[in-house]
Amino acid sequence: MKVIESFRNNMYTQLAERNLKRQKVRTILAAIGIIIGVMAISSMGVLGNTLKLSVEDSFGDIGDRLIIYPAAGEDSITERQVGKIERIHGIEQIIPFRITGEAIELRDEVYYGIAYGIDADKLSHLIDLEDGRFFKSGSTECVVGHRVASELKLKTGSKVEVDGSRLRVVGILKEQGMGFDISADGSIFTSFDMYEKLYPEEGDDFDQVVVIVEDINQVDVVKDDIDESLNRKEKTVEIFATNIINEEIDTAFRSISLFLMGIGSISLLVAGVSILNVMLMSTMERTREIGIMKAVGASRNDVLKMFLYEALFLGIIASAAGGILTVGGSLGLIYLITNDISYFFSLTTILYICAGVVFGIATSLIGGLYPAWKASMMEPMAALRYE
Amino acid sequence: MNRIVEVQDVTRVYQMGKTSVHALNGVSFSIKQGDFTTIMGSSGSGKSTLLNMIGCLDKPTSGIVRINGVDIQKVNDDELTYIRRNNIGFIFQQFNLIPTLTALENVEIPMIFNRIPPKQRQKKALKLLEDASLDPEYATHKPNELSGGQQQRVAIARALANDPPIILADEPTGNLDSKTGKGVMELLSSLNKQGKTLIVVTHDPQISEYSHNTIRLQDGEVVNEGD
Ligand SMILES: Nc1ncnc2c1ncn2[C@@H]1O[C@H](COP(=O)(O)OP(=O)(O)O)[C@@H](O)[C@H]1O
Ligand SMILES: [Mg+2]
Repeated sequence: MKVIESFRNNMYTQLAERNLKRQKVRTILAAIGIIIGVMAISSMGVLGNTLKLSVEDSFGDIGDRLIIYPAAGEDSITERQVGKIERIHGIEQIIPFRITGEAIELRDEVYYGIAYGIDADKLSHLIDLEDGRFFKSGSTECVVGHRVASELKLKTGSKVEVDGSRLRVVGILKEQGMGFDISADGSIFTSFDMYEKLYPEEGDDFDQVVVIVEDINQVDVVKDDIDESLNRKEKTVEIFATNIINEEIDTAFRSISLFLMGIGSISLLVAGVSILNVMLMSTMERTREIGIMKAVGASRNDVLKMFLYEALFLGIIASAAGGILTVGGSLGLIYLITNDISYFFSLTTILYICAGVVFGIATSLIGGLYPAWKASMMEPMAALRYE
Repeated sequence: MNRIVEVQDVTRVYQMGKTSVHALNGVSFSIKQGDFTTIMGSSGSGKSTLLNMIGCLDKPTSGIVRINGVDIQKVNDDELTYIRRNNIGFIFQQFNLIPTLTALENVEIPMIFNRIPPKQRQKKALKLLEDASLDPEYATHKPNELSGGQQQRVAIARALANDPPIILADEPTGNLDSKTGKGVMELLSSLNKQGKTLIVVTHDPQISEYSHNTIRLQDGEVVNEGD
């Protein structure tokens, strides 16, 4: 409170306040420049960050996975290899499956998708059901992905034909979207038994293994362990860690944020030039007044401070307004885009807004520097004679 | 007695592109503390140029101007500002009030630069306006709401704000009718009676009757000094 009190009693602030008030329109125009600049710079940063958070969230739950498939020249992953993986620490689930491209038929309609042979238990770790239940081993039951179901208008109880055999749909899976472990939406899932009956010539081995790691931070450790265990003599498997996707997203969005903030900076630069312009006009207009002030005892320092306080004042008020508007505006925008304002409340968001405000104040000060210096250097007599 | 203003062999040349205007050509005189001096001469004879130098608003091209013994050529801008602020009160023909400020605020301005706290300077400004015979109801008026005579009274109050020992006035009645001008001159000469050193530029011979001595200028030179 004392600070505010002494700030208000400061003669420079009093003069600055009055000068800003008397040129209301111009002050407001200059302020709008700053406000837009601050809003641009901070909301761009906030928006980029929010998009990143929301995209990361939708990929986030797969960051704890390793996908293992046969290396070039290998046909499959054997039971023995899966057994080796089982001995490695830090693994929550090992999900081996078999896979082949297949036509799924319902009466005359055909959907070209993928058929999986997998344990129903294990499948439930990868995706949830929307309707029905998972298949039993040793039956002709299957579950189908969301897109297959909607394309062929399948319900639980429907019968489909795969490679000449009739399967009964007992469950329909939730929509998965983009997947890196399995791609469920266009697929049909059945037990290993059924899969073997469909494709008896393919043997007992697996086409892929998905490994879910207990601790997401240990993904790379587990990956190295598997690599050590299976690829020691020769490379038999490829291991793909899904967390590199998160890193990719991170770098992609960092550049998006930077790009957006770059645009923001340009608008702030424009605002800075407009402040410079406004303050220069103001010094020209007030030349006589500066002459009078100097004649009655204002020093160069006094005049310099008077004008700098004006710029600072303008900068603080306009930047604060810009910051507040950014909070409101980006909350609204984030709600419209992602339907979830919780993304807004992160440290990074607050930092971006603070950065915008700080840049706004700095821009005003820099814009006011030259005009203030020019005003302070005026010779009193020349200023008094100015028309 | 103490020589509060000393002017020695002062010249002032204005450079206007290629031509140079010799506004003052070697002017010398001195003024004692408490004197009332008028500077007279026809238009363009260099009166304002001379007064501006005494008021530290301008510096001589050559020669010496001393205020209270201080050579204004030899001091830096801050010291010059200090002299302007504390030793000199300047009154202009065009009043030179700040149009956006009220009469009271105009009088406060010199005290602001002297770091006088708001309450104190407001009180003093009111008192000064009262001494200058401005009706208190006009204190909150802007200059354009005041008559010429009232504006000049505000300007005189402002000149006295920091209690300077020297009061300079450049044709203070030049923009006023003779009756109003007479009132302003009486106010100024009363200041001299209170002990202020007063220097008034005028080409009205009546005004010189108030003063102790007159400096006559012609083409930038002193014609005859004293009365
Ligand atoms: N800033 C200036 N630039 C150029 N010439 C000037 C300036 N000020 C005054 N002069 C010239 O100097 C001479 C003296 O001017 P001034 O001191 O104003 O005379 P007075 O006040 O006696 O009328 C005049 O010829 C005037 O034109
Ligand atoms: Mg003149």
